[in-house]
Amino acid sequence: MPDPLLTLEGVHTHIGRYHILQGVDFDVPRGSFTVLLGRNGAGKTTTLRTIMGLWKASQGKIRFAGEDVTVRPTPDIAAAGIAYIPENMSVFSGLTVRENLILAARAGKIDSARLEWIFSLFPAMQRFFGAAAGTLSGGQKQMLAIARALIEPRDLILVDEPTKGLAPAIVANMIKAFREVKNAGATVLLVEQNFMAAKMLGDAVAVMDDGRIVHRGAMAELAADHALQHRLLGLHMDAHQ
Amino acid sequence: MTDRTGEREETALASPPIDWIPILIPVAVALIALPLVGSFSTWATLTVAALAMGMIIFIMASGLTLVFGLMDVINFGHGVFISLGAYMSLLVLRPLMGWVESPSLALNIGVLVLCILVAMAASGLFGLVFERVIIRPVYRQHLKQILVTMGGLIIIEQLLHVFFGGSPITIALPQNFRGGLAIGADVIVERYRLIAVVVGATVFLAMMLVLNRTRIGLLVRAGVENPEMVEALGYRIRRLFVGVFVAGSALAGLGGVMWGFYQQTLTIGMGLQVLVLIFIVVIIGGLGSIGGCLIGSLLVALVANYTAFLEPKIALISNIALMLVVLMWRPQGLYPVVKV
Repeated sequence: MPDPLLTLEGVHTHIGRYHILQGVDFDVPRGSFTVLLGRNGAGKTTTLRTIMGLWKASQGKIRFAGEDVTVRPTPDIAAAGIAYIPENMSVFSGLTVRENLILAARAGKIDSARLEWIFSLFPAMQRFFGAAAGTLSGGQKQMLAIARALIEPRDLILVDEPTKGLAPAIVANMIKAFREVKNAGATVLLVEQNFMAAKMLGDAVAVMDDGRIVHRGAMAELAADHALQHRLLGLHMDAHQ
Repeated sequence: MTDRTGEREETALASPPIDWIPILIPVAVALIALPLVGSFSTWATLTVAALAMGMIIFIMASGLTLVFGLMDVINFGHGVFISLGAYMSLLVLRPLMGWVESPSLALNIGVLVLCILVAMAASGLFGLVFERVIIRPVYRQHLKQILVTMGGLIIIEQLLHVFFGGSPITIALPQNFRGGLAIGADVIVERYRLIAVVVGATVFLAMMLVLNRTRIGLLVRAGVENPEMVEALGYRIRRLFVGVFVAGSALAGLGGVMWGFYQQTLTIGMGLQVLVLIFIVVIIGGLGSIGGCLIGSLLVALVANYTAFLEPKIALISNIALMLVVLMWRPQGLYPVVKV
């Protein structure tokens, strides 16, 4: 098992008077594609936002590359090498696709080889590169959100439900792109409700319920054990068709 | 809410078209006013005066719209930076009275530029302190922002009282900016108004250049829309907030100099007096929109001038009525800025 790049130890998060994360423990091994599964409201998005420092952990430790980042401000966490693709994509609508990428490339300019690689993942992006992000369709915005995370090398990419609401053809394209990212050696923590997509991408899996991790292991094991899937995720056989 | 269903690959997308309707409204208002005013020379004088006034209002309001849009801060203290800027020009005008009265255009321009630089530096510096001491403790607390920024305004006004006295102070325009220029047989345009139009247009172009052609500008535009995501990309939005607040205060100082020369009388409360007008402009234009701020400023000034000529009693409520009409048509202002 490779070294964990990210480790969460007993992480609690309160949002107002709500106690959302109630002691989350899991690791993301370096170079792995880890999937965080769970029903709606289980705390998956809160986990990503807490890692990113957008909501502060009220208890517990978050270590990234051996450093304690629990109380560090969000820009420092991003600068340490974590990219975040939120569920709502959060592309800057008033900026063009190119401008969105320029901002994400903190070195100040876009690396052309990197951009070519992104274009190879999402060929359609070349056609709307100069368009304002606000004019893009949902799938195109998702491509941009992912491209923004890939425009410069990051040690860890946090992705929140990238396939949510997308048409099957777009989802297939997205999965293909994430496979390429995985093959390039990136470490990814993916929150996903689409079990088929999770199964195709994940090396490791953690399942959440009520703000806690209720299962950790290899994705291949969970994918092969239908009874476990049913118990953890309420999935039936038809989910695998 | 983004529509993410029914996705399809789309062909090449063009950049979004410019929304011309708000741009055409001031033109339409001016054209409608022409037959109502009757005399072309009177109409031209009123229109140029409104353009000058609108540009000065724009300079004063542009900083506030960025502060409002990016930082979500309701800064009632903005008015005092206008007064501060105007009074700081005295520090230049008093020792350089010879430049003011000189027939040399270069010296006249020089004294105006010096006034502007001193006013912007002083207002910017006060803005830095104001953000640290007054604004920072009340981020995201609108009611407290209104109260403490009003408090800050009163304190700085009292400081101005201490240093400059409570009586109105008359200032003279530099020699070459006095009087009017005859255009054709009947139309006479005051020189200073033309200068105000030039300065306002320069500020607008500079702001558009910075916002659209620089990395800082990109960050400001992105920050107005979604400050959280800007932080998630690794940028310290707080530093950006401070920078924008200082720039906004400095612009208010510049506006104060221009407004002071326009009125030729300085009073401690001059900033507070125009503050309501500035808020109306910012709301009409769309919070955080520089283009909207310019159009809103011109529209407010044109409507105020024409109604003051045609029906002085209505002029008192013309700005509020204009805001009402605009917000009924576009509730988020002429150029709404998408916020997440």
